[in-house]
Amino acid sequence: MAEERRFLSASGVPIALRRRQHSASCRELAVRGPRLQLRSLSAATSAVWLAAYGLFALCENSMVLSAAIFITLIGLIIYLHFVKIDQESLLVIGSLGIQVTSSYASGKESTTFIEMGQVKDVVINEAIHMQKVIYYLCILLQDPEDPQGVSEVVPLFQSSKPRLDCLIEVYKSCQEILEQRKTAPQSS
Amino acid sequence: MVLKVFFPACCSSADSGILIGRWISEQNSAVILAVVHFPFIPVQVKQYLGEVQRVTKVSVSVLGSWSNSKQEKEESLSEFLEDLGTIFCHEPWIQISKEGDSKFWSCSTLQKHSKNSQEEEIILVYYDQRKVMLSHLHPPLDTAGQRAEDASKLSAIFDTVARSQALFMTDRYDEGPIKLTHWQSDGVEASIIVELLKQASVPACMLLTFLLSLVSGICRSRVLKFWPLSFLWSKLSTCEQLGHRLQHLQVISSNKKAQNQNQLMRKANIFVSLLIDVALGVLLMSWLYRKNRIGHLADTLIPVADHVAEELQDLLQWLMGAPAGLKMNRALDQVLGRFFLYHIHLWISYIHLLSPFIEMILWYVGLSACLGLTVALCILSDIIALLTFHIYCFYVYGARLYCLKIYGLSSLWRLFRGKKWNVLRQRVDSCSYDLDQLFIGTLLFTILLFLLPTTALYYLVFTLLRLLVVIVQGLIHLLVDLIDSLPLYSLILRLCRSYRLAAGVKFRVLEQQNGKPLRLLMQINPLSYGGVVQTYRLPTYSCYPRDSWTSLCKKLFLGELIYPWKHKGDKQN
Repeated sequence: MAEERRFLSASGVPIALRRRQHSASCRELAVRGPRLQLRSLSAATSAVWLAAYGLFALCENSMVLSAAIFITLIGLIIYLHFVKIDQESLLVIGSLGIQVTSSYASGKESTTFIEMGQVKDVVINEAIHMQKVIYYLCILLQDPEDPQGVSEVVPLFQSSKPRLDCLIEVYKSCQEILEQRKTAPQSS
Repeated sequence: MVLKVFFPACCSSADSGILIGRWISEQNSAVILAVVHFPFIPVQVKQYLGEVQRVTKVSVSVLGSWSNSKQEKEESLSEFLEDLGTIFCHEPWIQISKEGDSKFWSCSTLQKHSKNSQEEEIILVYYDQRKVMLSHLHPPLDTAGQRAEDASKLSAIFDTVARSQALFMTDRYDEGPIKLTHWQSDGVEASIIVELLKQASVPACMLLTFLLSLVSGICRSRVLKFWPLSFLWSKLSTCEQLGHRLQHLQVISSNKKAQNQNQLMRKANIFVSLLIDVALGVLLMSWLYRKNRIGHLADTLIPVADHVAEELQDLLQWLMGAPAGLKMNRALDQVLGRFFLYHIHLWISYIHLLSPFIEMILWYVGLSACLGLTVALCILSDIIALLTFHIYCFYVYGARLYCLKIYGLSSLWRLFRGKKWNVLRQRVDSCSYDLDQLFIGTLLFTILLFLLPTTALYYLVFTLLRLLVVIVQGLIHLLVDLIDSLPLYSLILRLCRSYRLAAGVKFRVLEQQNGKPLRLLMQINPLSYGGVVQTYRLPTYSCYPRDSWTSLCKKLFLGELIYPWKHKGDKQN
């Protein structure tokens, strides 16, 4: 069962939230950002090559041109593999844990799995980011020594930065599953 | 309460039988290790499980039944399987059944003493048995000191599979009452090369230990401990590096088997690092000796030393004149300049005295590059130190002069203001001086103050030169440290067999069908390269920088001598 809704990110870019319910205690929430536009790619490439051609006209050294091509290729590969995040997803499996995945434009996926025993709660927090105050969703990890304390805060959806309306949807979905572990009596 | 069943992917096509594994009641999860096929005698199964439990210390028991019916579902079989639940009493009794080639299995539990009547949800997690068995879980570094009970649930699962290796030793070709299916059921895997290496390593280790004991005996003999020699050995970085490598060889050649994963990786890392080091050293040596490059090097060494001396002489002439338009005190300038010029003249004479022997010395010293690239780099650093010894001397002279001047000035400045340094109380106290004391003090203060620019300039120039040499030596040492401490074996393992170094797991949701249990695939999430380097870094013998930037600047300003590279064995001064 999947549904998709459109929202806006904190910087005004359109993003899409897709919710899938796999079973009663397993939900997947994925936020997809916009893909790499051909427009911006060609603009960046032309700018670099024009600059290189200008330099070539000045110093008559053809190494500048080959260096520009090399730099463009390497820069594109680095951008696609390390910088551009296409989709960030959250997989909540009640009684197992929460899995956070970021998929890059080159297909690379970086995953972190947090066990349910370490998760204290999932909350929406405020933060100062550049010149704005934005809302972000985060997972609070339990401090093993202090039952009331928080040992770490793991922020989610850092690259797509959805706005509060989208975050509330995600928050509600997560809390429905997290509540199940409180109602079920567990012998730990 | 949700029931989690960890099912090995290799048993998906196994024939019907009963499931054996470990039941972890705190997490309400069952880790299935193998499937025992029909026909079997329950008493023999229990006996076998008891033996396995004794050997592996894992509480293996019969957890449920598995039915793989290639035709339609047989009613009698399902009753038979339920009756098995009464023979091997286990709470809860898990029943998994697969029909034909369907991906979606039905899974149910039988609870005899169930307190709640509701259906509990079942999650089926597939895992790759071989990879989980061989993998080593790395907990995050800040939780390294946790109690064992708080250890993550996943580590319990990894632990269970890893310790049950004895269970996987029997395969379906063995003659025995029990027929199992697990990842090795098609025949136990082993590699001939690995077995041969294991057999050959024992005598090799013994030979190496014997040789090393000889070498370390020679090193520790009294002959080499006399004062001038021991001072020399402590100053040369080559000896430090050789001692470090000797230590490494001793670690590798010890006869004790590695106790845990960390020790094993450490041994492997040291071995690979030594191998690569020696290979690079031999490569360097072959390149150096090929076209008599050593001879060319020796020929250019003396002219380079001459050139450096000439540059220094020009520098001193410049300082003796009016450097950068500053006006120096003529007399002091001439004295200092002539002193340093004579020093350079002496140094050049010694170098020229040595020049006929340089080629031979360099030829024999170059042979030691076969001990490793790090040793060759250390020798290079030592040669640079020896060749720029006069710069070091100049720095020491300039620094001592400047330091004396600064201390004299500060003490006379206190006299100027009518105060004195109280050595007993370690503080500044007021003091009434006589008139003649004040007169002489003021006179000396003026003299020292006006001579300060000259001394300060000499100190500045020689400190900069010394810092340049220190930076070059420091870069070489940085490279040596990098080669020493990089865990190459771990990096290659991460590249080729990434499942062996696990940072955690990742789950993938497989196709679902309504009414059937949730299906997940558990894969191993490998450790990042940065994490690998951080966890398995080999310790080195030097730690730097010794001073923080502010204390370094303070020492430079006051004229105290700086020793930027501290070694672990040095005493604090």
